[in-house]
Amino acid sequence: MADFIIETEKGKWEIICGLEIHCQIISKSKIFSGASTEFGDDVNENVSFVDAGMPGMLPTLNQECVHQAIKTGLGLNAIINKYSEFSRKNYFYADLPQGYQITQFQYPIVGEGFIDIDLADGSTKRIRIERMHIEQDAGKSIHDIDPHKSFIDLNRAGVGLMEIVTKPDFRSPEEAGAFLRKLRSIVRYLGTCDGNMDEGSMRCDVNVSVRPFGSNEYRTRCEMKNVNSVKFVMQAIEVEAKRHVDVYENGGEICQETRQFDPVSLSTKVMRKKEFAHDYRYFPEPDLPPLILSDELINHIKDELIELPDAKKNRFVNQLGLTSYDAMVICENKEVAEFFEKASQGRDAKKVANWLMGDFFAMLKKKNLDINSSPVSPDNLGKLVDLITKDIISGKIAKDVFEIMSETSEDPEIIVEKNGWKQVTDTSAIETIVDSVIAANPDNVASYKAGKTNLLGWFVGQVIKQSQGKANPAIVNKLLREKL
Amino acid sequence: MAVDNETVRRIAFLARLKVEQEKLEDTQSEFNKILNWVEELGEVNTNNVEPLVSVNDEALSLRQDEITAGHISEEILKNAPAQEFGYFVVPKVVE
Repeated sequence: MADFIIETEKGKWEIICGLEIHCQIISKSKIFSGASTEFGDDVNENVSFVDAGMPGMLPTLNQECVHQAIKTGLGLNAIINKYSEFSRKNYFYADLPQGYQITQFQYPIVGEGFIDIDLADGSTKRIRIERMHIEQDAGKSIHDIDPHKSFIDLNRAGVGLMEIVTKPDFRSPEEAGAFLRKLRSIVRYLGTCDGNMDEGSMRCDVNVSVRPFGSNEYRTRCEMKNVNSVKFVMQAIEVEAKRHVDVYENGGEICQETRQFDPVSLSTKVMRKKEFAHDYRYFPEPDLPPLILSDELINHIKDELIELPDAKKNRFVNQLGLTSYDAMVICENKEVAEFFEKASQGRDAKKVANWLMGDFFAMLKKKNLDINSSPVSPDNLGKLVDLITKDIISGKIAKDVFEIMSETSEDPEIIVEKNGWKQVTDTSAIETIVDSVIAANPDNVASYKAGKTNLLGWFVGQVIKQSQGKANPAIVNKLLREKL
Repeated sequence: MAVDNETVRRIAFLARLKVEQEKLEDTQSEFNKILNWVEELGEVNTNNVEPLVSVNDEALSLRQDEITAGHISEEILKNAPAQEFGYFVVPKVVE
């Protein structure tokens, strides 16, 4: 893997970065109340008295959120803690009606794990997970309606979150980006979080420090909260690391503080200094006894776990003969992987992969569609590959067929039939054209015979053109060689 | 264990309680009385005793994932000092 080194006139520096990712748990109701988790409903409609922090209301833990957390933990190759506890994290903020967040502190539900990330040069790197705990989300504050007021919607208050904390294992923006994409892919496969960073259902806090290249010290880090896209996370790491280098090289010190990344100016500015940092005064949540999980439950969830991107990728490489890169691209998205499996069923998977990643992806991109609304069905894409493999149409005609398929969603066999595009493999029919091309171009024939053998391509082109693209190129080639 | 003036001020701030300057001394001595009283527990030998998180030894009961609450925004907003367009309205809070 290529090292990401910040090199200045004065020296070389290395980035140390860790991430904290909040993932909204997919469940019908909230983690401690029976209100809906639906996004985009009318203001304050999905709020119960528990979510509103009314005195005397008691939280009751949603079983589905626990199951989703176990599933995610298993997807992170992590230890599932059979004993975990809820704690109160105390702070005052307008969108936190209880005055505290119910979270897990000392005893999280998920312990250490790891994710293997795929890097651009084809290598992989293991990123260690420190822990994952479950907690409740806060409400939403809207600051831009009125210059002097903030507006609070509690629909999100109490939605379940999984907070995943990594070890400080990232040494480059690329690694952090690859991790987020991999994590998003895993939670989407598992159906435990929809992973949409732009809608806030997956949010990332970034911790960055630097050290002289080659040393193994850890210097003071700064945290950037709620960076909301993979690209911004990568930019934030680079920008913040360069700021640290600049401060150190000018004899300054880095203070531990929370900073805000601004993607427009590509800079970070201080949000909260350490002396104003929150003092959360965690203590065990008195309203909820410890959460005890049975081996039976954990094993049951383990048994029902679906195939995850890494396992799928390995299967595609080892059993279907895809390259590691192709398999990685196809497996990143569960829907794409499913589409591919359907399309390649009983066919040359490598050829299907080429079509999928070439013309098919280009078509989706051009039409701005996701794969679920593709006009070309997996079955029809497979049939198109069959038509080529069986020499019924040429690769060139296939492109025209695909063009029509993506407009009309028709079966490629019918398109070929309707347009009379079946490749001519009848040697005598092709021979007639070959003869006429040779007869019509005596000059070129003479040049070819005199040694300009690269004219063969020109002859092939002429014959195929005259056959309206239907003559099988291999047969044309063979006949021309014989006759010239 | 004893707390100083500054700690009292800080705890009051964290709890968003206004403690007047002249009351700080009193509050500090009240805090210390409470702390000393709790400190008596230190006399009990707790070697080999697991920390007790709750006196409620019932297991945590889990809820089915069903929507059983909500759509009561009027009642939810009833106590709000200010509301507009269905939102709670508070003085501007931007960090």
